[in-house]
Amino acid sequence: MDKNKIRIENLTVKADNTEILKNISLSIRQNEILSAIGPAGSGKTTFLRCLNRLIDTEEELSVQGSIKMDDKDIFSPQTDLSFIRRKISMVFAVPTPLPMSIRDNLRLGLRFQKRLSGININERIEKSLRAAFLWDEVKNRLHESAMKLSGGQQQRLCLARSLMVKPEVLLLDEPCSGLDPISTAEIEEALKNLKKEMTIILVTNNVKQASRTSDRTVFFLMGDLIEMGETGRIFTTPKDKRTSDYVSGRFG
Amino acid sequence: MERHFDEDLKALKELVLRMGSLAEDMIQKAVKALIERNDALTKEVFQLEDEVNHLHVEVDDQCLKLIALHQPMAADLRFITAAMKINSDLERIADHAVNASQTCHYHLFKETPVPQISFVTKMAEISQKMLKESLDAFSKKDVNLAKSVPEQDEEENRLKKQALNDLIELIQKDPSHAKQFVDLILLSKNMERIGDHAVNIAEDVIFMVMGKDIRHRF
Repeated sequence: MDKNKIRIENLTVKADNTEILKNISLSIRQNEILSAIGPAGSGKTTFLRCLNRLIDTEEELSVQGSIKMDDKDIFSPQTDLSFIRRKISMVFAVPTPLPMSIRDNLRLGLRFQKRLSGININERIEKSLRAAFLWDEVKNRLHESAMKLSGGQQQRLCLARSLMVKPEVLLLDEPCSGLDPISTAEIEEALKNLKKEMTIILVTNNVKQASRTSDRTVFFLMGDLIEMGETGRIFTTPKDKRTSDYVSGRFG
Repeated sequence: MERHFDEDLKALKELVLRMGSLAEDMIQKAVKALIERNDALTKEVFQLEDEVNHLHVEVDDQCLKLIALHQPMAADLRFITAAMKINSDLERIADHAVNASQTCHYHLFKETPVPQISFVTKMAEISQKMLKESLDAFSKKDVNLAKSVPEQDEEENRLKKQALNDLIELIQKDPSHAKQFVDLILLSKNMERIGDHAVNIAEDVIFMVMGKDIRHRF
């Protein structure tokens, strides 16, 4: 039986009197790619931001319910936030390289790690860049500014940077929204390889990307979880008409 | 929201129904030719085959284009795959109408008439009804109508078995008409296969509408 990596129970997120997520319960399996799809305002990004507690930065939001990773309560005051951020990495929609060299961008996450002894940084850099399908393009210019890279390369650098801390869970919020089809395909290939080592949650507005890439798909609509299941089923024989209409492009 | 894509799907449905209507027409003519011993009708069947073959290619071409250009999902995807499969079944049905007409034109009509054509006409009646209902079910997305089609196949199979037994017996008893009886066995086989393709169409309609695969009773 597939082992669950993350269990979410009765998760509700409110802003004043508006519910952004309504009593969501689901489990995310270890080493799967789960896509979260839904139209704008469905709550999928909020869902993602709950998982690594980035939601904490939004003071106007209140969160109820529980999220457990390997039975560790994410929202517990005893849970070290840096532990969560190390275990759960995130890649955003817009590439966020910092104005420093490619190598320094990659080393950034490790700077906050307490124990660096025993880590071969060069090896880790190469492995992360290879996993993000970027190694061959930058191996001879790691000292150059990351800002010189193309948009697709910058996004793959961000993916490589998030891999440097060896996360157990990788969150991606629309990682290919501004990328050309080749860069998109490279990111998707990278994710399929990476799922052997980690659990991946992909928020995407591109339903075709969800169908190509993920093992299971969850569909959100106006804060409700409408349907979740194996991707092959969701895109061929969805149970709920709203899911069928959304994946067929009838709304959204 | 009505999409431009819906217009394309409607056009595809019209093409499939046009092909279905031609296939029905071909069977009707082939059976009428047999009953009336009317060779002119068999030639009409041969002429209609060309149009069916063109539509066969056109429907597949449209389906491939829609898949490639729109990457359909869910109900749209099931509709297009059903259209492709129904397209194949209709082409095979038209082939059986042609085969039946060839049997009449090249063999049966050259021999003295025998009254046992009723073995074939009874089966033809059921096959035509099954085909009509399966196409109506496709047109109206009517699952109940589609479900009624496979049930009729049992009667068709029973008649086929009976025709085969009776005709073999007749060949043994009356070898002077053996050629005609062998032709009738071939014709009954055509009618039975038409019924089988109608069942396939009905099963495709059920999958198209409900997403439930009932083939082979899995």
